[in-house]
Amino acid sequence: MKGNIYIYILVMALVTYTIRLLPFTLIRKEIKNIYIKSFLHYVPYVSLAVMTFPEILNVEGNKFPRIAGFIVALILAYRGGSLFKVAFVSCTVVFILELFIIH
Amino acid sequence: MKLLIGGFLYNVMETNFISFKNGVKNGIPIFIGYLAVSFSFGIAAKNIGLSVFQGAFMSASNLTSAGQFASLGLISAASSYFEMAVTQFVINLRYCLMSCALSQKLSESTAFFHRFIMAAGISDEIFGISYSAEGHLNPFYTYGLMTAAVPGWVLGTILGIASGNILPDRIMSSLSIALYSMFIAVIIPPTRKNKILKGIVILSMLLSFIFYYIPVLNNLSQGFKIIILTAVIAGGAAVLFPIKEE
Repeated sequence: MKGNIYIYILVMALVTYTIRLLPFTLIRKEIKNIYIKSFLHYVPYVSLAVMTFPEILNVEGNKFPRIAGFIVALILAYRGGSLFKVAFVSCTVVFILELFIIH
Repeated sequence: MKLLIGGFLYNVMETNFISFKNGVKNGIPIFIGYLAVSFSFGIAAKNIGLSVFQGAFMSASNLTSAGQFASLGLISAASSYFEMAVTQFVINLRYCLMSCALSQKLSESTAFFHRFIMAAGISDEIFGISYSAEGHLNPFYTYGLMTAAVPGWVLGTILGIASGNILPDRIMSSLSIALYSMFIAVIIPPTRKNKILKGIVILSMLLSFIFYYIPVLNNLSQGFKIIILTAVIAGGAAVLFPIKEE
């Protein structure tokens, strides 16, 4: 027998929202402990870096356009390009290179 | 006095409006990336028999890619609600870390109710861009991001389920890199002036790469991998290089 799809969705939403909400509402003061503060300061850099690489290259077929897009994004970001510019240019690079490559 | 208060209110409203506008603008790349990713989610959802409404409802209420993809397997296998809860908890536990970090970006004077609305939007992308805002985070900046991003996530799901396939794979593939480029635009610029951050970012990518290819380690789910590496690397860095008081 199949479960009710709406109950599944509500269970998922409830669990996910609670995970997001609890720390956000429980930690209302600025944390003074230097180690915890530093840890939280480093969290975004580590988590986003881990999510990006090597996932960014995870495509079927030729990986070369993705590698090029990745390098272009790295260079633009390092030179201080805006969020929009980095995203737009790397998308365009991947799109154009994939046009030339026969899958 | 009335004038003074009026002027103050006006300034606050204007600041909020500018923050909101900036958020919408920076949310456009998220919109595009989400459209591409949720489009593939929609196709997968269609394959297990979800209706357009059910898919849109799931995307709007969950706003999480890995969790939603995983749920499809569980739903089609008719797993228990408890299994569903545990799976979502494990996959999405990384939001707990992000939520802790983001809590420190809000000014203590920010009205409490904002936290309930903002919490709904803590996805990898909205978190990353919100965190990179300079100084304290204005909730309206995050609302701007959510205003652009959430419709992209829901719309992509709807299109994926309704159409099967409107967009050619090639466009999808080039659009889906937008999300990763945004992460790069968030984490790379500060590494220029900060050697510790540079080391942390390089080490994180290197270890992530190793976890991806080494047997046994690559059996870990993406969610667990993010939590483990974040705890170890950010924890180690905090002990070795605690940030100095500003």
